[in-house]
Amino acid sequence: MVTELQTLARSLREHSLVKGLSDGHVDFLSGCTKNVRVAQGRFLFREGSSADELYLVRSGKIALEVHDGARGTIVLETIGADDALGWAALNPPYRWNIDAQAIEPTLLFAINGACLRQKLDADHSFGYVFTRRLMNEIHERLERLRLQALDVYRVRS
Amino acid sequence: MTNLLAEAPASVRPDVMIPEFLPITRARRDTRDVFTIELDVSARGGFSFAPGQFNMLYPFGMGESAISISGDPDCPDKLVHTIRAVGTVTKALQALRKGDIVGVRGPFGRPWPTSDACGKDLVIIAGGIGLAPLRPVIYHAVNHRDAFRKIAIIYGTRTPADLLFPKELEQWRGRLDLQVQVTVDAADRSWKGHTGVVTKHIGRTEFDPGNTIAMMCGPEIMMRFAARELERLGMPTESIWITMERNMRCGAALCGHCQFGPSFICKDGPVYRYDTVAHLLSVREV
Repeated sequence: MVTELQTLARSLREHSLVKGLSDGHVDFLSGCTKNVRVAQGRFLFREGSSADELYLVRSGKIALEVHDGARGTIVLETIGADDALGWAALNPPYRWNIDAQAIEPTLLFAINGACLRQKLDADHSFGYVFTRRLMNEIHERLERLRLQALDVYRVRS
Repeated sequence: MTNLLAEAPASVRPDVMIPEFLPITRARRDTRDVFTIELDVSARGGFSFAPGQFNMLYPFGMGESAISISGDPDCPDKLVHTIRAVGTVTKALQALRKGDIVGVRGPFGRPWPTSDACGKDLVIIAGGIGLAPLRPVIYHAVNHRDAFRKIAIIYGTRTPADLLFPKELEQWRGRLDLQVQVTVDAADRSWKGHTGVVTKHIGRTEFDPGNTIAMMCGPEIMMRFAARELERLGMPTESIWITMERNMRCGAALCGHCQFGPSFICKDGPVYRYDTVAHLLSVREV
C-alpha cells in the first residue's frame, strides 16, 4: 500500500531542487513537507510576517513584490514551476521581507522551516547536499538580480 | 542627384554611397519612443534583403543612421524599419509622415545564419528594440516552419509599456509549434506576465543544446549574460550568434567609424558568431 508520504516523496522528487537526491534524503525531506494551494490573487506571505516555510513551486506563478508608498506595488520577479523561494525560513530572524502573491492558481510544496533546519543540522551529509543546491538557486537568483539592476534597456543619452 | 537615379535601371544599385529616395507609405508609433515606417519600393521592383541586414536611412539635412530592416524577407514589396528615437537623425525620422521622402542606402551587413539553423532547434533571444532586427528571422522561420525543429522566442524589455509588436507576440504565442516567453524587467501589479530577466527563461525553454542555433540581439550586457546561460546549458559558443551595434557612417567599410577590433561592423557584421567576438566584449577600449 502506497502511503501519503510516499506519494508526496514521489512528486517531490520531480522538483529540480530535489531531483537526484538519495531516497533516504528525499524521505527525510518529505517528513517536513506538505502540499499547498494558493488561489489567484491570494498572498502566500506578506512582508513582516513569520517565515515558517521554504516553498518549491510545482505549477502556477507567484509575484514577489514590495510596496512603496510613493511608487505603489513593484513586482521584483515572478516565480514559476520548478522555482524555489523562501530562504528567509532558514535564516534568522525568520521573517519575510517581501510579499508573495499568486498571480495564477499555484501549487507548491511547503517545507516546514523549523523541521528543515533541524534536519540540516542533524544530518550533515543531507545538510551539505541540500545547502549546495540552495546555494546554486540563490546564485542564479543573484545573477538575475544583477542583470535586472543594470537596467540594460534604459535609453542612455 | 534625382536625375542620376532616374537614369539608372530601377533594379540596379548605382552606388553604395548614393541614396535612393523612397516615400513613406505608413508611419506608426509602437511605444513611447519606438516607431515603424514602411517605404514604397514598388518603383524599384521591390527590396530584397536577408534577415539581419540594415539600411542607412537619411532624413534630408539631418544625416544618416543605420537601421535594421524589421519586415518580412518573403515580402520584398514592403520595406519596413522599426526605429527608436534617441538621437537627432532618428528623431527627425520620427517626425516624418506618410508621403515624406527618406533617403535609403543598402541593404548592408552580414545577415543571420538562417540556413545554418535548418534542421536544428532555433532559439531567438531579443532584448528591448533588439526584437526589431530579429523579427525578419521570426517571419522567415514561421514562413518555413518545417525547415526547423523546435523554435523558441525569448523576449525581454524594460516595462510592459515598452513591449514591441504585442499583437504579433500574441499570435506567435498562440501557435503550438512556437515557444514564446515574454518578460519585463519592472512592472506594477497590473502586469500578469513574467517579471524578471530573459536569462531565466532560457533554462525553461525546450531545445537540444547540441543541435541548436541561438540568435541574440539586445544590449551587449544582456547578450553576455544570455550567452553565459546558453553555455551553462551545454551549448557550444560556435552555435551562438549576436548582433553588434556601433556608430556606422558609410556602411561600406570605408570610413572606419564602426571598427570593432579587427573588423568593421557594417561589412563583417552586424551579425557575428559569438566565439569570434566574445573576447572583445569585455575589453573597455573596443
